[in-house]
Amino acid sequence: MLELKNVSFAVDGDDGEKEIVRNLSMTVDDGKFVVITGPNGGGKSTLAKLIAGIEKPSEGQILLDGKDITDLGITERANLGIGYAFQQPVKFKGIRVFDLLKIASGQTITIKEACSFLSEVGLCAKDYIERDVNASLSGGELKRIEIATVLARKTRLSVFDEPEAGIDLWSFQNLVRIFEKMQTETRDSAILVISHQERILNIADEIIVLSGGRIEHQGSRDEVLPKILGTEAAVDACSRLNGQEVI
Amino acid sequence: MLQMDEIQKRLLDEVAGLHDVPTGAYNLRANGTSVGRQSTASIDIESKEDGSGLEITVKDGTKNESIHIPVVLSASGLTETVYNDFHVGDDCDVLIIAGCGIDNCGRQDSEHDGIHRFWVGKNSKVKYVEKHYGSGDGEGKRILNPVTEVYMDDGSSMEMEMVQIKGVDSTERKTVAELGADCHLVVRERLMTHGVQEAISDYDVRLNGDGSSADIVSRGVARDHSYQKLDLKIVGNAECSGHTECDSIIMDDGRILAVPSLEANSTEAALIHEAAIGKIAGEQLTKLMTLGLTQAEAEEQIINGFLR
Repeated sequence: MLELKNVSFAVDGDDGEKEIVRNLSMTVDDGKFVVITGPNGGGKSTLAKLIAGIEKPSEGQILLDGKDITDLGITERANLGIGYAFQQPVKFKGIRVFDLLKIASGQTITIKEACSFLSEVGLCAKDYIERDVNASLSGGELKRIEIATVLARKTRLSVFDEPEAGIDLWSFQNLVRIFEKMQTETRDSAILVISHQERILNIADEIIVLSGGRIEHQGSRDEVLPKILGTEAAVDACSRLNGQEVI
Repeated sequence: MLQMDEIQKRLLDEVAGLHDVPTGAYNLRANGTSVGRQSTASIDIESKEDGSGLEITVKDGTKNESIHIPVVLSASGLTETVYNDFHVGDDCDVLIIAGCGIDNCGRQDSEHDGIHRFWVGKNSKVKYVEKHYGSGDGEGKRILNPVTEVYMDDGSSMEMEMVQIKGVDSTERKTVAELGADCHLVVRERLMTHGVQEAISDYDVRLNGDGSSADIVSRGVARDHSYQKLDLKIVGNAECSGHTECDSIIMDDGRILAVPSLEANSTEAALIHEAAIGKIAGEQLTKLMTLGLTQAEAEEQIINGFLR
């Protein structure tokens, strides 16, 4: 179980200190699928980074299974079972898709095993496994590889920051199936997804609406979804397609 | 079996991936003398009359053959300059593996300066692989100053892979190439320096014939207090295309000077250069750390990939 207790995060801006996350408390229980939504600039990505250890809170505590992990670094949290899929996948020079999957799995894996993770995310494995993770791949391909690296980790708590961005409608179905499979395969694993997508909100156990760094709504899907449908926090896939999100 | 000690065998493995005598033509040089040589029906290896190096002649039409000419030095205080000339005939397709490994446990400097000259015949293809490696914890320096000269006849192509990853204290490499019509030269250089090492790499590539092209990519990593200077020059004298790329990662107190230069003496010459120096991108480290690597392990992965 992940717990955030009175977590705040502030940055120094031109006009003094700016609080991105304000006194936020929440829990993600084992086996749950939690979606964080809310308007842009509401602090969602910062919250994901605070959980992964990429940013450190200015105040408050983060606990994993009752253990205080607030002062632990990225590596230590990763080794405790926190996975994190970047909103903007990172590009490398000379690191191949296979290398990344091998590192992610934390052990020596065969090409066949690595390929199975790529197939999961809808990529024809033999076309990608030897490719460099660089700009020669499209935004959508990089995004799917990013998701595959989190799959390969088989973590207990996986955080996905807007996993649907850049993914077309066909693989959208696939994405939902991936989340379901992750939870079936790794017992009691929890998934935390940042998304505006109605289709993802629809499969959530719990929804948290974050706005201005604070929790605006929090509760079960049935409680929260009716309050936010039609707002910026929940858009359907077609209106999303009209935007610039699809690559 | 070769008459070599364990250190020499280890060096041979590092620079040429060899555990025993290779197939095809070869000359193995250890501590200043030839310890094994073999010519084949189409590749002739002879000592120069003045003893300063090798004359290697590849007959016209030789295909799918390899030539190994590695050098290992395990004695401290040995300094040598070797001139090896390669005469590759027309319509050939050969692989040449050179390389030098120095192990210096003594107090005196050890130095090997290999001057390799290639005359590549019409429509021939040559792949040239050169690895440099140094080891040993003596005070004496390990110095390698290679010179590579390439003269390419019409329609020929050459691919060069130059690698110096570890243990060479000082290196000053010079590569000169002259290309005739429809010749293609591809160079992939990888350099890593650490400690207080210095590496200077200088290229002068002349595109003299119509339809010629050169693509030179140098990747370097300078760690600790080391220094690298990369001087990549392409001269376009005809209807030709040339590209140089100098891409470097700087770490610790390393220093890098990149001097790409282009000279066009024909309106039909299309030349491009790219140069970038920077530290390891923070987001690359972060990504690998979220996969469970420590920062040091993540740096190692990024550098290994970069220099692959």
